[in-house]
Amino acid sequence: MKPKLALLLLAIVLFNKANSQDSTDLFKQLGVDEPQKELVYASFKSSRIIMSHSVEMLREGVLDFRILHRFGKVSGGTYEFFGLDGPATVRLGLDYGLTDNISFGIGRSAYKKELDGFLKYRPLQQSKGPGAFPVSLVAVAGMTYAADTITKRYHSSDRFAFYWQALIGRKFNDALTLQIMPTMLHKNIVAQGEHNDLFAGGFGGRIKLSKRISFNVDYYYVINQVPGITNPLSVGFDIETGGHVFQLHFTNAKGINERAFLAETADHWDNGDIQFGFNISRSFQLKKKRS
Amino acid sequence: MLKFKCLIVIAFILSVNAQAQDKFYTKTGKIEFSSKAPMEDIEAKNKTLAGLLDTKTGMMQFSVLMKGFEFPKALMQEHFNENYIESDKYPRGDFKGSISNNKDINYTVDGTYPAEVIGKLTLHGVTRDLKTKGTVKVENGKVQTNATFNVLLSDYQIKIPSVVKEKLSNNIVVMVECKMDPLK
Repeated sequence: MKPKLALLLLAIVLFNKANSQDSTDLFKQLGVDEPQKELVYASFKSSRIIMSHSVEMLREGVLDFRILHRFGKVSGGTYEFFGLDGPATVRLGLDYGLTDNISFGIGRSAYKKELDGFLKYRPLQQSKGPGAFPVSLVAVAGMTYAADTITKRYHSSDRFAFYWQALIGRKFNDALTLQIMPTMLHKNIVAQGEHNDLFAGGFGGRIKLSKRISFNVDYYYVINQVPGITNPLSVGFDIETGGHVFQLHFTNAKGINERAFLAETADHWDNGDIQFGFNISRSFQLKKKRS
Repeated sequence: MLKFKCLIVIAFILSVNAQAQDKFYTKTGKIEFSSKAPMEDIEAKNKTLAGLLDTKTGMMQFSVLMKGFEFPKALMQEHFNENYIESDKYPRGDFKGSISNNKDINYTVDGTYPAEVIGKLTLHGVTRDLKTKGTVKVENGKVQTNATFNVLLSDYQIKIPSVVKEKLSNNIVVMVECKMDPLK
């Protein structure tokens, strides 16, 4: 009997000891320092790399007004002031974040007087910590409607084209984000010998040079491209100034929506047939967060 | 035999006494900060402040995840994490210190007591001394600590670019409110 009681007493004393540890250990006991699963944000400065959708989503209640502008060809030389004299092309667009994972947008391009709209959904977001998921997965579906009267069409449905994209992207560290973009484009009408469906593999990424400036690349390899058409490549810089993101870049793509830059990029980088362009993104918080 | 039984009872009583609400903690403390600048007022809230108070010694410790701060505008939140506090590099803000007038606070009697706190605040990888006044409120065996203090961004090597000088103040007012439960 005696040893048992002695053990019990010892246990009680030890229990007391355990209770009087210093506060640092107690913080650990509370699990304060334990790593938690956290979502990865700010993979890109804006919802587009340059031409393409990026894996970055608009947050809920954010309206993004985007002005996309391309000057004329740099190869125009001093006479055309390296393309700044024009002919310029522009797309004005409004994107809205319905939730943190669903956004949609509409736009109108001067080129072919084209209207476009898209829906963007992120089923999986990159995270870190326990139970992390290594990449963000985003699905994009969009359509374009060419309202011009120049191109000959037989039915009004001939004005439509559709595109579907999967964006798989990973923010490797604070500076580097890469994404691939398998893409399919369907045009309702094509010239003889062209394919209605175009398949493309896109690649894009950014390297952050400072807190507010990043270097971006955006490229598509179109697998069954028609002769005379080339692959679009854009390179440029993102400059973020608070409410605005300026995307200054060079590109060989004249068109500014998915149909136009995938199916109608005729200019080549190696001839200097590139254009200077800029995208301006201005965000407005329409719906404030409840707190 | 009886002696031993008595001893056990005494040991238990002592044991209970020893852990009788010396330490209080919370994992859901509130911390808010605000910046008032000519062109913009910024406010952010975080309800996941972890806090610990040892009433015997007056030692206090607080820790907060920077990513837990919520702003009314999503873009502000992103810029806070990306450009200013750099929460990937410096995920937490920490405070370690003590109540210097801890003797004047009677944790067994309900009431609100003024408290002076001295300690070290670590933010953005920089540790600096912090001294502030607050209150300790004792109510129904629970303790609530409140404090408001100022933090200068320049003290913690957080730079304000000239383009946002009119929108962001160097002087940030921080408000802390922790309702702490006894640690069992």
